[in-house]
Amino acid sequence: MEQFTQEFFNLDVMAKVAPFLLQGLLQTLLLCSFLIPIGLVSGILVMLLTTSPYRLLRWPAIAAVDFFRAFPPLVLLVFVYAGLPFIGLRVPALVAVAVAFLINSASYYGEIYRAGMVSVPKGQREAARSTGLSATQTLLYVTLPQAIRNVLPDLLSNTVELVKLTTLASVISVPELLHSANLARSLTYNSSPLILAAIIYLLLLLPVVRLIARLEHRL
Amino acid sequence: MSSAAAAPVPRYLLEARGVRKSFGTTEVLKGVDLLVEPGKLVFLIGPSGSGKSTLLRCCNRLEEPDGGSIIMDNVDLLSPRTDINAARRQIGMVFQSFNLYPHLTVQKNITLALRKVAGMSTADANARAAEMLALVGLPDKAASYPAQLSGGQQQRIGIARSLALNPKIILMDEPTSALDPELVGSVLAVVKDLRARGITMVIASHEMNFAREAADKVVFLDGGLVIEQGSAEDVFLRPQEDRTKRFLAQIRH
Ligand SMILES: Nc1ncnc2c1ncn2[C@@H]1O[C@H](COP(=O)(O)OP(=O)(O)OP(=O)(O)O)[C@@H](O)[C@H]1O
Ligand SMILES: [Mg+2]
Repeated sequence: MEQFTQEFFNLDVMAKVAPFLLQGLLQTLLLCSFLIPIGLVSGILVMLLTTSPYRLLRWPAIAAVDFFRAFPPLVLLVFVYAGLPFIGLRVPALVAVAVAFLINSASYYGEIYRAGMVSVPKGQREAARSTGLSATQTLLYVTLPQAIRNVLPDLLSNTVELVKLTTLASVISVPELLHSANLARSLTYNSSPLILAAIIYLLLLLPVVRLIARLEHRL
Repeated sequence: MSSAAAAPVPRYLLEARGVRKSFGTTEVLKGVDLLVEPGKLVFLIGPSGSGKSTLLRCCNRLEEPDGGSIIMDNVDLLSPRTDINAARRQIGMVFQSFNLYPHLTVQKNITLALRKVAGMSTADANARAAEMLALVGLPDKAASYPAQLSGGQQQRIGIARSLALNPKIILMDEPTSALDPELVGSVLAVVKDLRARGITMVIASHEMNFAREAADKVVFLDGGLVIEQGSAEDVFLRPQEDRTKRFLAQIRH
């Protein structure tokens, strides 16, 4: 037991690496600050494609969404990062993360928005169009707000998943929280930094998870 | 004939001729005429599945007709050059299930199109909404959400929403069929009031008593065809066609 505590819950080690991990946390927050908005917006665009009345737009979009939801995101990230140079595009790690996450999370968010749109009765669109609102105005003011409200818990859950998924960036050496913790682990020959990182993720995400539970209850 | 230059006043505000519509292989409208004079209240009656809703929905192109012509106040609704969004502003629609926007207050339900389509300022739109709410007898509901209202109140808001745009005509598809019997009267009272104000309306409805009392013209539809039409008195008291007689006998029970 003593050994176990020493290895995983060593407060001295935690205190020593804390500032370093906070740097990692900042990097994680930075990643989230653009990956979440990119996902939320591109998901809407993907939903517009997968629900399009035009088969030529809809079918390829549905195929792509299926493909990328089944494709391992880690492989996707490495592929983007290591693959782009082969076509002459050497991109910074952060850009590779952005591109890979765009592809991955647009697919997931897109499916959630689509479920939301399906849940809005078609009379809503008809009422809006019958007053002269254009298709775009109808989407913006009538159907999309209701769709989002209906799937808010799912959007938030997916966002929690996305935050946890930013740990993947560590494999291409983006110094985010997990990457810092792992580095600290190998420097201190002790696993406590990983536990500290986990605690930070928990503090960050538990309130959101609770909020989701409450929203689901309300619906 | 004093002046040849004076624009001819069209006899009909809505002039739909030979409207045809199929869903898949079933022909739901088989060449229907619907002629509505300005200021008149036209009742559309007929058995379930006869095509009443489809005909109304063709008149603002929520359904795309396969054939025929629909002229609304000299505008050819089916012409590809017609701006359908602009045309729809002139054609109010009231739905059986109200279709109020549940995420918006009553006021915003009414002002959305005023602001986004008619380009009114928020203040003007709100004033117009207040005017409409007074007209349908719900002046104190501006801040309520649809879910907080009874069915009858929701339908009156639905009428206020379409009326706010000052349309030339209002199409109503069974405006009272989703209501509890005791709430029907409040909606019909509003319809009567609109009629007294000279607002042109086409109503698909099973409220035969109301039709007898208020309709200027009754059109009986069956199997996608107009079987008989005329004044309420003619159609209800002196029906000429067997199908009309059978339909009327059925619904009297
Ligand atoms: N979107 C659609 N797709 C396929 N069939 C449809 C569609 N809308 C209507 N129909 C069919 O068209 C026929 C006419 O329907 P419509 O709703 O116009 O009848 P109605 O006279 O309004 O009937 P009710 O009194 O029940 O409202 C029905 O057989 C219906 O099943
Ligand atoms: Mg109907």
